[in-house]
Amino acid sequence: MNALRTWSAIAGIVLSSTVGDVLLSRAMRQIGHVGELWRREGLGAALKAIVMHPSFLLALFFMAVSFFGLLLALSWADVSLVVPATASLSYVTNALAARLFLHERVDRRRWMSALLVCAGVAVLAA
Amino acid sequence: MTPRKYLVLLAIVVFASFGDISLSHGMKRVGAISGARWTELFAAVLNPWVALGIVLLLGFFAAYLSALSWSDLTYVLPATSLGYVLLALLSVWLLGEKVSFSRWIGILLVSSGVGIVTRGPSVTHRHRPEPEPVAGDKR
Repeated sequence: MNALRTWSAIAGIVLSSTVGDVLLSRAMRQIGHVGELWRREGLGAALKAIVMHPSFLLALFFMAVSFFGLLLALSWADVSLVVPATASLSYVTNALAARLFLHERVDRRRWMSALLVCAGVAVLAA
Repeated sequence: MTPRKYLVLLAIVVFASFGDISLSHGMKRVGAISGARWTELFAAVLNPWVALGIVLLLGFFAAYLSALSWSDLTYVLPATSLGYVLLALLSVWLLGEKVSFSRWIGILLVSSGVGIVTRGPSVTHRHRPEPEPVAGDKR
């Protein structure tokens, strides 16, 4: 029962963090290089461009959901299980989502890297 | 990829792992929160270790936003996964755990994943016009 609720929380965290990451990545790619924006127009303009972006605000919501999910899961189970398990699964879901929704070219190199990291993080958790 | 960009990736790794360690330490002190008393989660952010964790994770977030503005999600995520190696090492140094053989294997796998992705391109090039460089813009 305890394992079931922990893994349900992990699934929820993975799902909401993937949606959050994809939205965040989309927002930041549309805004462009923030370092250059900062130098060109100042920190205020760069911050404003970020916080006014609809995808960013939606991303914040999903990241908040995944953050409170993480706190909940950490109150039930060890950090050495929860953090690597969510991270490990996120590499695969993010690679899929980045390909589908962000149209990033996820070539063989990136797939191999995502799977190696996923396997490595899973072994670290064991 | 410039040295400055690698520094941003390093900041992501360091802030994220120290932030997670701090959150974990704090939540251990708060104790298990039952489903019926889920609102206690919001009170948990007042614990100093949880609060410190949040500050560190804000630092992570700033660096992460910066990295996402100039490279692909599928580059940034594996490239910063060294954080899990650092997290494992920190739990050894700070919490006194032992590094088992399988944990070394995990560290090796994550590191090789990082090695592979960072040798490739950091961004998917799309066929669209580059924004006009502004006069006086240092690159």
